[in-house]
Amino acid sequence: MSDNLIEICDLSFAYSDRMVLKGINLSARRGQVIAIMGNSGCGKTTLLRLIGGAMRPTQGLLRVDGVDMGEVDQRGLYRLRRRMGMLFQFGALFTDMSVLDNVAFQLREHTDLPEEMIRDLALMKLNAVGLRGAQDLMPSELSGGMARRVALARSIALDPALILYDEPFAGLDPISLGVTGNLIRRLTDTLGMTSIVVTHDVHESLKMVDYIYFVSEGVIVAQGTPEEIKASELPYVHQFVHGEEDGPVPFHYPAPSYAADLELSA
Amino acid sequence: MQRATLDLWVGFFVAVGLAALLFLALKVGNMGAFDSAKTYEVKASFENIGGLKARAPVKSAGVLVGRVGDISFDTETYEASVTLKLDARYPFPRDSSASIMTSGLLGEQYVALEAGGDEKMLANGERLKLTQGAVVLENLIGQFLYNKAEGEGKAENSPQ
Amino acid sequence: MINGLLNGVRRLGHRVVDMLWRMGVSTRFFLLLLLHSGQCFRRFHLIIREVFSTGVLSLIIILVSGLFVGMVLGLQGYETLQTYGSEEALGILVALSLVRELGPVVAALLFASRAGSAITAEIGLMKATEQLAAMEMMAVNPIARVVAPRFWGGVISMPLLAALFSAMGILGGWLVGVVLIGVDEGSFWSQMRAAVDFKEDILNGVIKSFVFGVAVTTIALFEGYDAPPTAEGVSRATTRTVVTSSLAILGLDFILTAFMFSGV
Repeated sequence: MSDNLIEICDLSFAYSDRMVLKGINLSARRGQVIAIMGNSGCGKTTLLRLIGGAMRPTQGLLRVDGVDMGEVDQRGLYRLRRRMGMLFQFGALFTDMSVLDNVAFQLREHTDLPEEMIRDLALMKLNAVGLRGAQDLMPSELSGGMARRVALARSIALDPALILYDEPFAGLDPISLGVTGNLIRRLTDTLGMTSIVVTHDVHESLKMVDYIYFVSEGVIVAQGTPEEIKASELPYVHQFVHGEEDGPVPFHYPAPSYAADLELSA
Repeated sequence: MQRATLDLWVGFFVAVGLAALLFLALKVGNMGAFDSAKTYEVKASFENIGGLKARAPVKSAGVLVGRVGDISFDTETYEASVTLKLDARYPFPRDSSASIMTSGLLGEQYVALEAGGDEKMLANGERLKLTQGAVVLENLIGQFLYNKAEGEGKAENSPQ
Repeated sequence: MINGLLNGVRRLGHRVVDMLWRMGVSTRFFLLLLLHSGQCFRRFHLIIREVFSTGVLSLIIILVSGLFVGMVLGLQGYETLQTYGSEEALGILVALSLVRELGPVVAALLFASRAGSAITAEIGLMKATEQLAAMEMMAVNPIARVVAPRFWGGVISMPLLAALFSAMGILGGWLVGVVLIGVDEGSFWSQMRAAVDFKEDILNGVIKSFVFGVAVTTIALFEGYDAPPTAEGVSRATTRTVVTSSLAILGLDFILTAFMFSGV
């Protein structure tokens, strides 16, 4: 068994003819929390979806747990996904089921365990995220942060080897944000999982991840441990970490000259 | 919602729906009246069947005793050949007569069977000998007008 | 001028291609749905849930509308038949028009706007909130888990609802004709029974409602599954479900009627 759960080598992806990812190299060791950062629209969510098998790479190699995602068939993909969890941006809880049923969903679909055991297992997962008391609530009764935690409990229901997080911090208050960040770290360590976090929240991620990749316009522009990133002098990373308005990422979307647009041609 | 309540409601719904189908089949439709009962077939030729249709009722003394089966045209006699499907519970004498009647002035047409006096009963596939075709309204009216005109002509000619 | 004409032709072509494309995709969707139906029959409670949300929840509107349609038929039919002195035929008129046409068609139209739109909105929202994508990521096929049970729930509910509608309508006609106006009760029922054939009329009505059930649920599910994952997309898809399935019901009704009753 290779030490790396995810291996990406010279990966490219294009939506019809628009290149989104260009020659990405990335690897994730087992037991690590990896962050993929970048500004909105840089292709990091696409990268996550490629890892999850929702789309196929246009070019290059993408291996998840030894499975080549460019070659795998539907059956193999579903087999792989049983060992994979994904936390969607807003939780994506099933709105017609209670919290407990949401967490128990995969256990009911994929196992033949007796009902009491499924209940116990689901309650254990809920307890791990601190929401055992909310088991009978419906998703509409949860706050954003709670929904995110329930979704986390749901994605670890089958004790996956890999969890993908799509913007786990978006739209959370500072307390929920800290709680979610700690939870990701703790669950990764205690369950021996590997976590891939796609986010643009620098400060929260710098606190908890093992390694960071910066993606901009489809290429990896910087990478390193949190210490290396904090100390980095690269203009892009500096702009991102400190949230400056001007830098390599311009404030203005590419446009013709201001004067020409206002028809002020002299 | 609890699984048990849900099951209860769905069970109730399906039961009521099936009951409605049963109601339609038995109370509204004619299932169970003849289709399932045993029948025997009797043939009858008519000069004119008017507007008689397949599945029209066959009545005797006003009671439904069967239905019209097949209607065809006989090229030898140039008459209409009608098959009557009669309920096996009601045997009829061999010299019974069939006539085509209309229920009400404009109602549907049916076959009326009049029992005869023969001791032998009709068997399956036998032919009725005494028949009377449909009364065609146009002919009737024409005759009526003719008679009336004739009557009036006589009245005018008669001495005062 | 010529450019305008060309543009018009181009738009027409685009619409036709788009329509054909949608028909192809929806046919593929329908076949996929049938292919993945095995699982939900093994877990029948999934279908029972959907029979509840499509059938039981449509019960009130179907029963009330059926009653009123029947009452109106009784009233109008009586007015018309009275002029020809054949009020006894009221039973035939009410029963035949309900069992053959109004029962299946009106029940299906109500079903499309009550249950069909709900199905589209539900599936569309599940898609918009990434619930379907989440399911896919959990190695659960959404077509097998979400779409197929709803399809079979709708297909089971529709004929039962149509039968209830017809039965209710006949009771409504009886209520107005016999109880209120005073048409002879005996001839009302006996003439009806003499004229309504089980196979010819009732069974054909059931077949019709079954076909409508398949059409409406397929359209509703496809529109929901195909809806753009935005609030606007879902609301448009819901409208389209009602419009498309109503047109499909009426079109199919014509075709089925031509096949079923023309030979007699």
